Amino acid sequence: MSLLLPLLNGTLVAATPLIFAAIGELIVERSGVMNLGIEGMMLIGAATAFGVALGGHPAFVAVIVAMLAATLAASLFAILALGFAVNQYAAGLALTILGSGISAVIGRRFGASSVTSIPKVLFGLDPLVYMALALAALVWWFLNRTRAGLVLRAVGEAPHSARAIGYPVIRIRYLAIVFGGAMAGLAGAYLSLVYTPLWVDDMSAGRGWIAQALVVFATWRPGRVVLGAWLFGGVTVAQLFAQTFGLHVPTQFMSALPYVATILVLVAISRNPQTLRLNTPLSLAQPFRPDR
Amino acid sequence: MNRLYLERRAVPSRLMGVGAPVLALAAMILCAIPMLRLEGLEPLATLRVFFLQPLSTGNGISEWLLKANPLILIGLGLAVGYRANVWNIGAEGMYTVGAICAGWVALRFADGTHHWLLPAMMLAGVLGGMAWAAIPAFLKTRLNTSEILVSLMLTYVAQLLLAWLVNGPMQDPGGLNYPQTALFSESATFSPLVAGMRLNASIFITLGVVVLTWLLLDRSFLGFQLKVSGQAPAAARYAGFAQARLIWISLLISGATAGLAGMFEAAGPLGQLSPVISPGYGFAAIIVAFIGRLRPVGVVFGGLLLSLLYLGGEAAQMTLNVPAALSRCFQGLLLFCLLAADVLVDYRVRVMP
Repeated sequence: MSLLLPLLNGTLVAATPLIFAAIGELIVERSGVMNLGIEGMMLIGAATAFGVALGGHPAFVAVIVAMLAATLAASLFAILALGFAVNQYAAGLALTILGSGISAVIGRRFGASSVTSIPKVLFGLDPLVYMALALAALVWWFLNRTRAGLVLRAVGEAPHSARAIGYPVIRIRYLAIVFGGAMAGLAGAYLSLVYTPLWVDDMSAGRGWIAQALVVFATWRPGRVVLGAWLFGGVTVAQLFAQTFGLHVPTQFMSALPYVATILVLVAISRNPQTLRLNTPLSLAQPFRPDR
Repeated sequence: MNRLYLERRAVPSRLMGVGAPVLALAAMILCAIPMLRLEGLEPLATLRVFFLQPLSTGNGISEWLLKANPLILIGLGLAVGYRANVWNIGAEGMYTVGAICAGWVALRFADGTHHWLLPAMMLAGVLGGMAWAAIPAFLKTRLNTSEILVSLMLTYVAQLLLAWLVNGPMQDPGGLNYPQTALFSESATFSPLVAGMRLNASIFITLGVVVLTWLLLDRSFLGFQLKVSGQAPAAARYAGFAQARLIWISLLISGATAGLAGMFEAAGPLGQLSPVISPGYGFAAIIVAFIGRLRPVGVVFGGLLLSLLYLGGEAAQMTLNVPAALSRCFQGLLLFCLLAADVLVDYRVRVMP
């Protein structure tokens, strides 16, 4: 019993950045855009939040600055992916490489200093844990119960039809990308302020990519994103616990578990071709050029 | 108000095919200037350290080619896949496994002189990279799983595998418990082309691979199939090209070149294995492939450019105390600018009257 509670708490905390990042990407992908830059935007968010918090500003300011910084980075991606209609995979990768570079340049100043974590409010958990869950519910409501959500989905499924009946496809996609950026920034801020309040280069350690995988695993549905994030949070925390309790398995094997789990989960969901074909936004990752 | 707009060209511009990467480099430098200012550096002096200083000595040229070697090799393999719309972004992992396999062969036959050892290590590196690439290929063709995410996740797994090996089974018994293998024997390392410099003969093998890739992509039916399946998947299906076969081939080729690059690095400048054996060559090679516009000769230039960025980063770190990560920023910026400049190949900018 004394073990169960920290395990559960740890799972919820580890799942929180994944939920933020994956819910953001879910909106982006539902609008028909694939942004492979989550990892980079998370790192930018993590570095800026840490820097602002280190400067003595309150945590909520740090979080907001992180979201703004990641939004700027996302806009850069949007200019290329929407304005120039370039290959979205390549533009996303560029964002990831740029973000990891920028965060390392910013993070070089931090040294070994640490920041005070966000205070716990309820059941020993910080408010962002609850906000992540609320966000997932809100996005579900937005997508399935509002007119704007319907328009967003229409843009993702059939952009040319959506344009023909007068919806500004590019503007809607831009807003979706910006939202995705803000959420990735928030996820990054959570990593550097709460999860490991120390600066380490490339501290997101592939979580942006795991979030990317979660969106597929969730078949683009917010509720399942939360379930998937809990699953990954559980795996992450379980391997940490196993390491501290001296299980006789090399630590590297345990650390590889979340990545292997991602692959297994992707295989499980993709195995049936129908599942993906029915749920993937139809225009996903296809550049939209109104003149064609 | 006059507005700029893009007008589709009737035929892609040949001039821009060459000009776009040059434009991109210029745009990247323009973007870099405010970044350098922000870091409190004199832009012109820093850029001189970045792009000119590394090439001012003979040893600098040797290091330039040495670093370009793995970048070109990996970039060639990736270009093959990207032509076919197969998005292998896990070359870093294949490189790592290639180096591990080559290193295992090197340590297994550490005693005595063996003339066949380097070829055997190359074979091991190639097979290791291919084996790692076979996982996303199998999962993609049989189980419909995204090769993007699988290949990337496997990169983390490969790096942890290496970390475990050099801390355990492959650790140097006489190495004071450092996480590294024993130094490779003389017959398991490339000897330098010029005494005192690190450049070695593996660069010629890479040149051979450039020619082979050119033959494959531009002179063979298979290359045509890859191109069609990337640019017009529906046409490829209609023509009866076996999609699964093309995915397998793309991934295995990129795995083979990445694995070979890992072997070159292990048997060349490194001479042993340690937890970190790459400054991100596998990711930088993605940019190399794009700068080369997915053409073998272009990839050579892309590799040389990215290699220069790495060297410039090191030089700037040493002489100006600039963070080494700045070169990663430049890499990302360069890819951004390149993608934007590439639009000019198919479109021309017009002013709306």
